[in-house]
Amino acid sequence: MSGGRVITLQIDGRDCGAREEQTILEVARENGIYIPTLCHLNGLHPVGGCRICLVEIAGAPRPLPACVTHPVEGMQVTTDNPELRRQRRLILELMLAEGNHICAVCVVNGHCELQELALQLGVDHLEVPALYPSREVDASHPRFGLDRNRCVLCTRCVRVCGEIEGAHTWDVMGRGLQAMVISDLNQPWGEAESCTGCGKCVQVCPTGALFEKGKSAGEMVKRHLHLPLLTAMRREEEAGE
Amino acid sequence: MPTTIAIDPVTRIEGHARITITLDDQGRVEDCRLHVTQLRGFEAFCVGRPFAEMPSLTARTCGICPVSHLLASAKACDELLAVRIPPAARLLRQLLNYGQLVQSHALSFFHLASPDLLLGMDAAPEQRNLFGLAAARPEVAKDGIALRRFGQQLIERLAGKRIHPDWVVPGGVSRPLSRETAAAIRAELPAMLTAAQNNLERLQEVLPNFTAEIAHFANFPSGYLALAGEAGRLEYYDGPLRLVDQQGRELFNEPEALHYHRHLAEQSEPDSYLKSPYYRPLGPDDGLYRVGPLARLNAAASCGTPRADQALAGFKELAPGGPVTSSFHYHYARLIEIIHGLEKIELLLADDTIYDPRVRATAGANAPEGVGICEAPRGTLIHHYQIDEQGRISAVNMVIATGHNSLAIQQGLQQAARAFINGDPGDNTGSEGPAGTGEKRGQSGGATVGEIGENGNIREGLLNRIEAVLRCYDPCLSCSTHALGQMPLAVELRRPGGELIGQLTRDNDKVESKLTA
Repeated sequence: MSGGRVITLQIDGRDCGAREEQTILEVARENGIYIPTLCHLNGLHPVGGCRICLVEIAGAPRPLPACVTHPVEGMQVTTDNPELRRQRRLILELMLAEGNHICAVCVVNGHCELQELALQLGVDHLEVPALYPSREVDASHPRFGLDRNRCVLCTRCVRVCGEIEGAHTWDVMGRGLQAMVISDLNQPWGEAESCTGCGKCVQVCPTGALFEKGKSAGEMVKRHLHLPLLTAMRREEEAGE
Repeated sequence: MPTTIAIDPVTRIEGHARITITLDDQGRVEDCRLHVTQLRGFEAFCVGRPFAEMPSLTARTCGICPVSHLLASAKACDELLAVRIPPAARLLRQLLNYGQLVQSHALSFFHLASPDLLLGMDAAPEQRNLFGLAAARPEVAKDGIALRRFGQQLIERLAGKRIHPDWVVPGGVSRPLSRETAAAIRAELPAMLTAAQNNLERLQEVLPNFTAEIAHFANFPSGYLALAGEAGRLEYYDGPLRLVDQQGRELFNEPEALHYHRHLAEQSEPDSYLKSPYYRPLGPDDGLYRVGPLARLNAAASCGTPRADQALAGFKELAPGGPVTSSFHYHYARLIEIIHGLEKIELLLADDTIYDPRVRATAGANAPEGVGICEAPRGTLIHHYQIDEQGRISAVNMVIATGHNSLAIQQGLQQAARAFINGDPGDNTGSEGPAGTGEKRGQSGGATVGEIGENGNIREGLLNRIEAVLRCYDPCLSCSTHALGQMPLAVELRRPGGELIGQLTRDNDKVESKLTA
């Protein structure tokens, strides 16, 4: 494995050894310390987009996302306390309030990372008013569908399409509440010429936003455990060339 | 002084409704109307959704019979896929439907209706519920709970959960049936059949106490709509849609589900969210028809199972030479259908085809339009979808069993209100009026208008009879709530200008009457 200087930091009071190019999330996981995540996916580049993995670092003025923060010698990290839990819950509530998440009839009901996270963080109701946006379903692709009502803009689809499949069909258009995932130049997915129909985006999507057509409520189970292997094989091949 | 009496909310039904009774200057019933006071909006908010979601979306219409909505919806989606579903899937869906029939009928008869039937229409309101029944007739309450549990458990065993299961999908069902599960269901059947049979006998015993109710509870000629099986046998899942008239003559027999609207039209009402379908060629006045257990048994030549056929023969004797017209006998029909459902479950589980592991056909959106029709416990249920080229829903029409009965319910309420408030025998035949039944009815045999006008009191037992008419139909108004027994009831007496002159309230502890003006 790659070199890099070995440093020591404290996570939740435990001394941990780390290489400086690692992230706090990686180090925590190596040491069996759990930090909740949503946009992060092993095998894809981290983007720090969802902020669910916020941790406190002694001396830092604000919490920082563990998935894109690198360790420094002597750093003291706190991964769990009531304030962090409150912040994570609020972030998740804002995500839920921004879309239309109706778990009971969703294709991934029972297999959804967003739902799982809500259960874990204790989000059983919203304290912020839901926006109930009007968003259209794109069912123009022959095999897959995109329901933007369920999209939390984690950009896993954008990253897997660009980084692993190499097609870069997906991207994000607009800002703030208007931000949305688009295929090619905001065409219907079925007309996007760059799409190879590989379905990796569907498998990495943490919610039911991307789904296989014909699946009924609760029938869609996402499979993405093979992603880190794909990335590793790609790297090996590139190194061998 | 013209007056309006409102029964609001109506109790021991599924959903929320209000009944208003308008009295004329002489204090006689002028009109009686049912208002369904909630809007659900499924036909609007399903638009834009991928069609494969429709079974689980529309199942949420109802917590009592989600299975019926699942089946009608999945059948409509089968049409959109343009496939014929595997034989095992068809049998499994039928099996699930019979489980649903047994549990829903048990709920209606034992939990909602039997307190009136076995404790009496005039029993104290605080006793007239399932708990009062359990205290007075524990054996009946136990049978009711056991039958409902059996039906619900069958649904859970097949489909994974009791309420809103996801097992029925476009193209079939999602998992096959194991022999072990079937054996567990079969083991319970004999005891359930005995329970159902015993309760039919109990109902037959008390029928003589209800001659007035039988005569006045929506007792009028009408058409009867139901799916038709082979050789006129009872059918709940498939087959042509058939309407017979009061003489049992066939008005239409439509094998193509998509063409239902050639025969049936719907009108909306100014004072209710419930749509009123009618037989198109005859218009809303003459085209009134009923659906549900009474209609199915009236329309069917036979049940096709021995015990139910024996019971059906007894049922047909209630009205020799013609259909049974009193909606009071919905209860009777319901008990026969429980027996029939149990016998059918036995037959289906004895068929090896049902254990075939191939239970799902897959396809894309291959047809622009699909209609699914099945018999829900309360009657014929129609789901009609149109989709765009991407398979997204562009139009939805749902005709719910209680909707079909809407016009008949209105007419039945008017008849009962006239009979029990005016003491008016009405235009039906064979009635002897409420006073002549020998039942305890207070001083005057029926609350007279004078009674109401003078002291502002409305006798509770009278209003219970009006509500009980509605309960005969076992209406699923919201198709979603599960309240039973002790919902608070408020009756208000108002002058035409809206001024409150008296009110009667019923809550969990007491009945309170007060005179405001």
